[in-house]
This record gives sequence, C-alpha cells and structure tokens, in this order.
Amino acid sequence: MVTVGGKAGPAGLEVVDATVHYGSDVGIEDVTVEVRPGEVVGLLGPSGCGKSTLLRAIAGLEPLTSGRILWDGSDLSAVPVHRRGFGMVFQDGQLFSTMTVGRNIAYGLAGMPRAAQEERVAEMLELIGLTGYAGRRTTELSGGEAQRIALARSLAPRPRALLLDEPLSALDTTLRRRLAQDLARILRETGTTAAYVTHDHQEAYTVADRVAILDAGRLLQVAEPETLRARPASRRVADFLGFSAYVPADEARELGWDGDLGPGEMLGLGPASLQLDSSGVELPVVEQSLTVDDIAITVELPDGQRVRVSSPSKVEESSVRVRLRGGAITPAGPGGDDTRG
Amino acid sequence: MSRLGWRAGWALAAAIPAAFLVVFFAWPAATLVARGFHDGTTWTLEGFTAVFESRRTWRAVGFTLWSATTSTLFCLALGLPGAYLLFRTRFRGRDTLRALVTIPFVLPTVVVGVAFGSLLRTDGLLGWLGLSGTPVAILAAMVFFNYSVVVRTVGTFWARLDPRLTQAAATLGASPWRVFRSVTLPALAPAILSAAALVFLFSASSYGIVMVLGQTRYSTIETEIWFLTTQLLDLPSAAALSITQLVIVTLALWLSGRAQHRMTRALRLQPDVAEVTPLRMSMDWGSVLVTLLVAVVLLGLPLANLLWRSLHLSGRLTPDNFVRLGTQEIFGATVWGALRTSLQTALAATAIAVTLGVLVALVASRRPRRGGARAALSTLESLFLLPLGVSAVTVGFGYLITLNRPPLDLRSSLILIPIAQAVVALPLVVRTLLPTLRAIEPRQLEAAATLGSAPLQVFRRVELPHLRRGLGLAIGFAFATSLGEFGATSFLARPDNPTLPVLIFRLFGRPGAESYGLALAASVVLALLAGVTMALAERLRPKEVTSW
Amino acid sequence: MRTTLKVLAAGALAVSLVACGSGTDEPGPDAGGGATDGALTESDTLTVLTHSSFALPDELKKKFEEETGYTVTYTAPGDAGALVNQLVLTKDSPLGDVVYGVDNTFASRANDAGVLSPYESEAGSPDESLAAANLTPINLGDVCINADKEWFAEHDLEIPATLDDLTKPEYRDLLVVSSPASSSPGLSFLIATIGAKGEGWLDYWRALDDNGLLVVSGWTEAYYTEFSGADGEGPRPLVLSYSTSPAFTVQDGGSTTEALLDTCFRQVEYAGVITGAQNEVGARAFIDFLLSPEVQAAIPENMYMYPVVADTPLPEEWERFAPLSDHPISVSQEEIGANRDQWIKDWTAAIS
Repeated sequence: MVTVGGKAGPAGLEVVDATVHYGSDVGIEDVTVEVRPGEVVGLLGPSGCGKSTLLRAIAGLEPLTSGRILWDGSDLSAVPVHRRGFGMVFQDGQLFSTMTVGRNIAYGLAGMPRAAQEERVAEMLELIGLTGYAGRRTTELSGGEAQRIALARSLAPRPRALLLDEPLSALDTTLRRRLAQDLARILRETGTTAAYVTHDHQEAYTVADRVAILDAGRLLQVAEPETLRARPASRRVADFLGFSAYVPADEARELGWDGDLGPGEMLGLGPASLQLDSSGVELPVVEQSLTVDDIAITVELPDGQRVRVSSPSKVEESSVRVRLRGGAITPAGPGGDDTRG
Repeated sequence: MSRLGWRAGWALAAAIPAAFLVVFFAWPAATLVARGFHDGTTWTLEGFTAVFESRRTWRAVGFTLWSATTSTLFCLALGLPGAYLLFRTRFRGRDTLRALVTIPFVLPTVVVGVAFGSLLRTDGLLGWLGLSGTPVAILAAMVFFNYSVVVRTVGTFWARLDPRLTQAAATLGASPWRVFRSVTLPALAPAILSAAALVFLFSASSYGIVMVLGQTRYSTIETEIWFLTTQLLDLPSAAALSITQLVIVTLALWLSGRAQHRMTRALRLQPDVAEVTPLRMSMDWGSVLVTLLVAVVLLGLPLANLLWRSLHLSGRLTPDNFVRLGTQEIFGATVWGALRTSLQTALAATAIAVTLGVLVALVASRRPRRGGARAALSTLESLFLLPLGVSAVTVGFGYLITLNRPPLDLRSSLILIPIAQAVVALPLVVRTLLPTLRAIEPRQLEAAATLGSAPLQVFRRVELPHLRRGLGLAIGFAFATSLGEFGATSFLARPDNPTLPVLIFRLFGRPGAESYGLALAASVVLALLAGVTMALAERLRPKEVTSW
Repeated sequence: MRTTLKVLAAGALAVSLVACGSGTDEPGPDAGGGATDGALTESDTLTVLTHSSFALPDELKKKFEEETGYTVTYTAPGDAGALVNQLVLTKDSPLGDVVYGVDNTFASRANDAGVLSPYESEAGSPDESLAAANLTPINLGDVCINADKEWFAEHDLEIPATLDDLTKPEYRDLLVVSSPASSSPGLSFLIATIGAKGEGWLDYWRALDDNGLLVVSGWTEAYYTEFSGADGEGPRPLVLSYSTSPAFTVQDGGSTTEALLDTCFRQVEYAGVITGAQNEVGARAFIDFLLSPEVQAAIPENMYMYPVVADTPLPEEWERFAPLSDHPISVSQEEIGANRDQWIKDWTAAIS
C-alpha cells in the first residue's frame, strides 16, 4: 500500500487539491489525501505546517481557496459545518461550561427522544471509562477526563467521520500515551472514520492506520506507519521522522548492514538503526544521556554524521561497538520534497 | 507582601470607593429621604399612607415596571444582533457605526424631545404612525438611549468568546440558531444580564423621556418624585416614593445579581482581534436586517432630523447656526466655552469614576473561599449600581442640604459637578469591567501563582491586562455619561459656566429662530463629540500582543 | 439708544454707590418690612442664587463687582419652583446671600417658610399691585396664548380672542399648552383660568380637553415642536407662551404671531435677601443693582421680560409687537399660596 491519492473507490473522505490562503499567507497548498471508511489517518507535522488548517477545512470551519472536499464522491463545499456530519475534537476540549457532562455528550443527539439520549450518554461514558459522570459539571473534570468527554461528545451522534485536532497535546506524557491507546481502541471498536492531527509521531503511529506528513502547507507523504519508517518518500520526511544520518550502500555494509539499495537511494539511520554488538564496528562516543527507557548514546560515523544508539547502561569507554540492523530507504537527494509516495 | 498586608490592601481598595459613595450619594439621598419621615420634631409615616392610598402611585409603579421591563427586552432583542454584527464581524464602516450607535446615549432629553417630537407629531415624517404622546414613543426613546449599552456591553464580551466553542457545537450538528441558543447565549449570559440590569435601571429612572415624549400623560415613580419634590415640596410623599424606588431597584439588582452569579462560568476568553470574520450576507442577513433597521429608523432618523434642522434658519438651508456657534455670546458664554467646560468637567468626572471603578471591579472580582465574604462582595457590587436607580432629584436636593456646611461645604464649589457626574458614571464603569475580570479562568491565576508569581505579580501580569482591555470602553462610557449628564448637573449648574447640555437646555427655552438654531447646532456638536469620544475610546484599547 | 444707555449707566453707578455706601453703613431707612436692622453682615464674597433663565451681559456683572469689590458667584439650581424649594430646604445653612427669580406663583411659599429677610429696595416700582412681602419686583411678563397669524390667514379662520373662544369647535385640535405640573408658564396659565373662571375652572379645562387640547411637558416642546408659528414648524397654530414671543417672529417688518391679550396671566419675578445671608449688605446692593436703569434696560434682551421700572426704554420690536396686556387676569399671591398645590393636584387628576 505505498500508493496514495484519489485512485481508490469513491467511498469515504477525499480532499482534492485543497488550498487555503489566509490573506497572503498560505495555510495549505494543493493537498490531496483520502480517508477510507473505517480508517484513521494521522496528519503529522511540525507546528505551523498546516495540519490543523487542513482539518478545519474538512470540517467546514475554514473556506477553501481552491480544491474540493468530497464525501462518498459528492462535493461538500456548499454544505455548512453543522450538516457535514463530521465530529470534531478540539485541542482543549471546548466543553460547554454551561452544561453538565451528560448534556455535553447529548448535545449532538438533539433529534433523539430523551430516554434514548440518556442511554447513549451512558453508553458513551462507559466506552470512555467514565461511567457515572453524567451529572458532573465540566469545571470539576481533570484535563484527561475533559478530553475523553469531548471525544465521547463527538462520537455520540455517530458522525460519519471524526476530526481530532491534537486532542491530547495539552496532557502530560504518560497520560498522553495511555489515552492515545484508549483512543485507538475506541476508534477501532466504533469503526470510526477519522482524521487525527498530531505533532507526536508515537501518537500518530499508535492511533492511525496511515499517516500523512505535512510540512509548510504541503503534503509530503501518506503511508502506513511501517512504510513511512521503512521507505520515507523524501529526505525531509525522513528528517521529520527522526532519521539523523544518511549513508550510501557501501558505507552501510561496512557498518554490518546486509540489505541492498537501489540507485539514487541512501539508508537513513534513526535511533533504532544501530545496535550495540561486541562484534560490530567500533565508533567513538560523543555524548550520553539518560531517557526513561535507556541510555541514549550518540556516536559519530566515520563521515562525521551522528547517530543515536540505545544502551541499557552507561558506557565507561570512549567508544562502543555497534552493528547496523536497519534503516529507512530514502531518496538520495536532500531535496526531493513534494513527492507523493 | 505579607498575607495580612495584602488583605489590608484589598480592604483599603474597597474602602475608598465606598467612602466616596457614602459621602456623595448615600448620605445626601438618605438625608433628604429622612426629612420626609421627620418633620422637625417627630417621626411620621404619613407619606406612606398618603402615597399608597393614591391610585396615581400604583399607576406610576405599574408604568415604571412595564416600561422599564419592555424597554429592556427590546434593547436586548435589537441589541444582540447589533453586538454580533459590530463586534463579531468585519465590514467597511464598522467602527463608524460603533461610534454612531453610542451618540444617543449622551444626548440631553430636551434634544431627544425635539428630535423625536418633530418626527412623531401629527404632521411629522412618522406622524402617520400616530405615536405622539403614546407609551410607544416613550419606549422608542428608551431603546434609542440604551441600545448602545447592550451592543457595547455584550459586544465586547462576545468578541472575546473563544470561537471554537461554537465551532464545536456546529460540528455536533447544531444549526447556527441552535448554536446561538444553546452555547453562545448561555456563554454571553453574564454580559447580557449586566447590560439588562443597566438598561432596566436607566429606563426605570428616566425622567425627561417620560415627561417629554409621554406629554405628561404617563408618570413613573421617577417623574412623581420630581413632581412632588420640585413642584410641591411634598417631602413625605417623595420620601415614600424614593423608598419604593429603592426597593424595586434593589430587587431588580438582587435578581440580576443572583442570575448572573448562577450563570457566570469561567469562560475561555481570548483577544478580540483575531477572530472577527468578514460579514457574510448569506449567514448574517438576519442581524444585518435588524441592525440596519435600528440604525436607520430608530437611531438614524432622529439624528438625521436633528442635523437637518440644525442646518436651517428661519426656513432656509444655511450653515449659519454653526457659524454662530463660535461667535454668538449667549448669557455671557459661547457654545465653545460651554464645550470647554463640559470637556473639563467630563474629564475630571471620568478620572474619578474610572479610578474608583477599577478599585471596585478589582475588589468585587476577588474569589474568596468563604461564602460570607463572597456574599459581601456581591452586595458591594450591587451597592455601586444603586446611583443609577435613585432619582437624580433626590441626590441633587440631597447635596444641597448635606454638603452645605463644614466639614464639607461645597455649596457653590465647581467640584461638585464632576463628582455628581462620577456618581452616575461609576456604576457603568464597574459593570463594564467586572464581567471581564470575572471571566478569567481561575486556573490561569493558579497557573500564574504556581509558576512562581507572587500575588502582586499575578495581579499585574494576568489580571491587569484583562482589565486594560475593558478599560477603553469603561472610559468611553464614563466620559459620555458625564458629557451628557443633565439631571444632577442642572441642580448644581453655574449660569456663567454652563456645561453644554445645560446651555442647550437654556437655549431651547428661549424664543426666536436664532436661539433655536443655535440650540440645534450645539446639540449636533454634542452628538459629534459623543461619537468621537467613543471612537477614541475604542482606540484606547491596547493592541493585543499576548495570545493565550 | 446708545446715548440713553450711557446716561442710564451713570445713573446706575450713582444708585449702586448710594446703595453700597461705604461698607457696613446701614443701607438707609428703606429696609421695608419694618425690621430693625442691627449690624448687617458683610463679606467680600457674594453668592447670588437665580433661576435657570438668569442672564445679564458680562460687562454689567463685572461692573457690579468692580463697584462693590465683591467676588460674586452665581448659581442657578433650577426654575422658580425648584429655586424656592431649595431655599426652603437649606434654610438652616443657606445656599447664598441673595435670590433672584422667585415669582408671584411661588413667593408665598418662600415667605411662609421664612427664608427671606425683610428688604425692599426703594429704587423699585411704586406699583402696589406688584408688591410682595420681603421681595422686590425686578421684572414682569405676561403668559398668554399665542397665535400663528399666517396659519389663521391661510385657513381663513378668525384668530380667537378669549379663553372661551378656545373651547369653540372651530378651534378644535389647535391649542397646545405646557403642563402646570412641570412648567412655569403652564402653572401661570392654570392660575389664569382660575382667575377667569373661578370655581368652574376645572370644567373649563375639561371643555378644552374635549376640544382637542394637547398638553406637553414644557415650553420648549409646546413652542418648538408643536407650534406652527415658530422655527420648529409644528402642526398647531395656538400655543401657550409669552406676550413677548411675537417680537421674536418678526419677518419683513411684521410679526407672524400675536399674543391673545385677553388670556394673560402676569408673572412677576422678584429678588430678596436670604435669611442667614453672610453678606446682607452685598445682597441689598445686588437687589438695587438689578433695579439700576442699566440692568433694567438689559432685561428684555437677556431675559425676555419687561423691566419693572417705568420708562425704561424697550427694544423697538417690543414696542411694536410685544405689548403687555392692559388687563391681565390676576389672582392674589395669598390665594395662590394657599391653593397652588391643590390646584395642581386637581388639575393633574382631571386632565393628565
């Protein structure tokens, strides 16, 4: 599944050549991406890359300068926000402080009978693990609870697609990791079609079936996480994904790699590419630092590029022996942006 | 600063404005009312029996409640679309329109009487409506006066509501109308209630409008108090009515305070520059229609009428009235002289009102843990609104009998005029600033504190910037109120140093085309001044730099 | 005119010099009311309380200050009614030294409350009909119904002349007056109807009311909004105003309006020394000053009233278009004082 773009069937959400300008500033430029039914697509990129703008454009909150947004093949340009049937979860929840938690969740269920609403609210609360919260005030919630309620509120009316705008970015890391997993589970369980904006790779990989990388308003690549990691479409994608050194095939083999590269390709080295191996190549240690899981050792390649190596403990020597286990097969040119898969 | 010192600071901040209010409002008004119950030797309640046995009193009470309530409802119904349009959207001429709608607020009643009267009289442009001397005319003028109170109070608050709140509602499938009803309206509730309370008080205590446009056929508690005090000097009856007025006003304030307390949620406010959207006729046609109608018919026609008339002298179209403004001496003063006096007075009044208002708003926006302290604060807030609900004649006459002997002998002191105006402007300042401060999310203050800020720094770095944002409007309102104040000022006026409204009033009281023309021209100048003041007040708001 | 004024000015100077004498001297044997004036109070400031229509040329006011050496402060806290009420309220700590603008409809209230000290200037008018205890008449005017002559000519209708005419069907919907409960001319007209109709005054008002009378709150609304003959160009050709008003509607050598001289009530405005004044000497001097030929001559142009001193020259237009009624309707001050409030209440109950 390396190919992306509009070739698949008409079902689901399609963004075609979408451009949004703010005055003279470009928000997004010619973005084409597709979210198939039941699929979660992550929109990943540094802040200011246009990923939120894309999401807001899909929701109808931002008018397109040009391009189209389609659902099941029909154009949504003229459909106002509230008729698009897309739920949205905001970065900071945006719960209605004038209503209880229950009323918040029931907000999108206006057409239903009261009893059915209550039932659905209870169901949603159970789904997010906050059973019994219906009567609470929104001001009494913790940040994590508020975000889960916001998710439940958006899911309650069974939107045909859910748009999540950095829903976890305001939370602390541990909570974020855990909630990301919850979120992924909930989205899968409910079979929700979703677009998920984040700047955190880990979160994107956890939640999304496919990930779209945006930078400076342009879409760089859309692919499944493994593909992204194995074959980033450009040096910029690879950079963004955390690959920090790029070596040609012969150099890679000197480091113990046994793979092959095509013409014009290089191997991108990330934090997990080099492993400590007593029979490996000896490389000088430049720096060591402590992380939650390990010691991150920075080593210098013969050509001067630097790469991180994970070590269970601090090393006393000034060099370590490592072996190159894998990396990202990356186009050689440092440019090569705007390559769509 | 120590905890104790901090408390003492707040106490002092509360004490200064409280002392001002006691000396320049409560004491004078209470003294006059007390005269009604004490005839020099014994205490008596005869005023009450006399007043409450009279059907006229009950009619006046009924009409007061009816007209004030109706005018409040109309102001809200018409003002909310206006607030949206003028503070939530962007279009050419918006700032001008914002200034324009405030003009009526400062016009002296006699000017409104002339502007409305000549439109509504049988042969006037709107004479066919048959509204001359009807309650509808009174209501129309009340809405004319108070429309901008709603537009501005609600609008400035609305401008800063996080737009994502309504976007969230829209993405949940709510139609724009439902979003407005279920999310926007409740979020605006504190500002709406605040505006409503102000409009109610202004309407309930308006004297001139009821007299002039009701052609004396309708009486309110306020007009009855004036009549009893200035014409009959029947202090017992006037006192009984003053107490009645006070009870109604207190009740109204208590109700609005309670509702406001219940509805004020910490809201996520944000700077108001980024999120105005361009006007979209397809979405906004309703607001555009209502606001256009108000701007053209209710505000525009009377103002245009005034301007048109001011350009006539003895039936001829001529700028002569305006030319004579600077040259012709009336009662030893020129209109420019009066203008200068007005500006000086209003400036002084604004300085007093804003300084005290800021103190009151800061104190009243504290969030003490103890219920008793909270209740005390909400009482404090309401107390500062009372001057709006108490008759100007009670306060004015009260001044004369209390501030006329040592230690405060201000009998013929000019300082009394700005003080009287500040008493009237103070409630507006407080009401403008409070919702802004109240809406600061408590977590923000806590966050600031946990980030290592001492209380003083939290105050300086979080609260003051909020306050400053409301300040432009507060200053504008205070200045405009002082500029147009006539009731209390007229009791204290100095004939050789009149303020512009007083001069206009006197000009309208003289025969001859020239006096009339001059009065009209002076009214136009006053109107322009009001417009310019509000436009400037808008500019006074600092440009947003922080985003949060 | 100019030369006359100069001569008058000299006279005024003489009068005021006599009046002020040299400081604390007694002002003369004239101190009416028979009060034995012991030592009169004096200070270098003088506070003058006036009604809100008070106006005099700056030169005259300045001259008074120069001649007497006082620093004079003027305060104008309202119309005649409000003025008297404030005097009554502040009796124990008066607002000023001398009051100008108490009129014959409110004079008795001031005297009943004892807020005036005995002083009647001998420079005043000898006309007994104007006299009031403790007060010196300064100026007078007639409050009369005014008619828009052009309107009546256009509609080929005879201008009404008497109060009774106003209730006739041909004058239906033509008259606008200001309310006695809120305006000073309104109160004057009410008293005029009482003087003319006696016990039947309320019936007369009901007849007016049935004939389409419009009552508005003040003179401004009546004259400038509803009256057809003024610059406001309203619909009604009959309005309650002053006998002097026609002098301000002169066009091409003639006035377009006229006062109905059979409908007039004479309003007299007085000055008096306030009881407890800090500067009684100055107060008396000020009253004399108001009667000086210069001030008297300035009154028509500045306050739209007739000077009380006989033979004071009048503006030319006044001579031609603003005559005083030679038979104003009169009601004694005592009767007014005794009944004024009740009349207003009765009127209010019946008409508004």
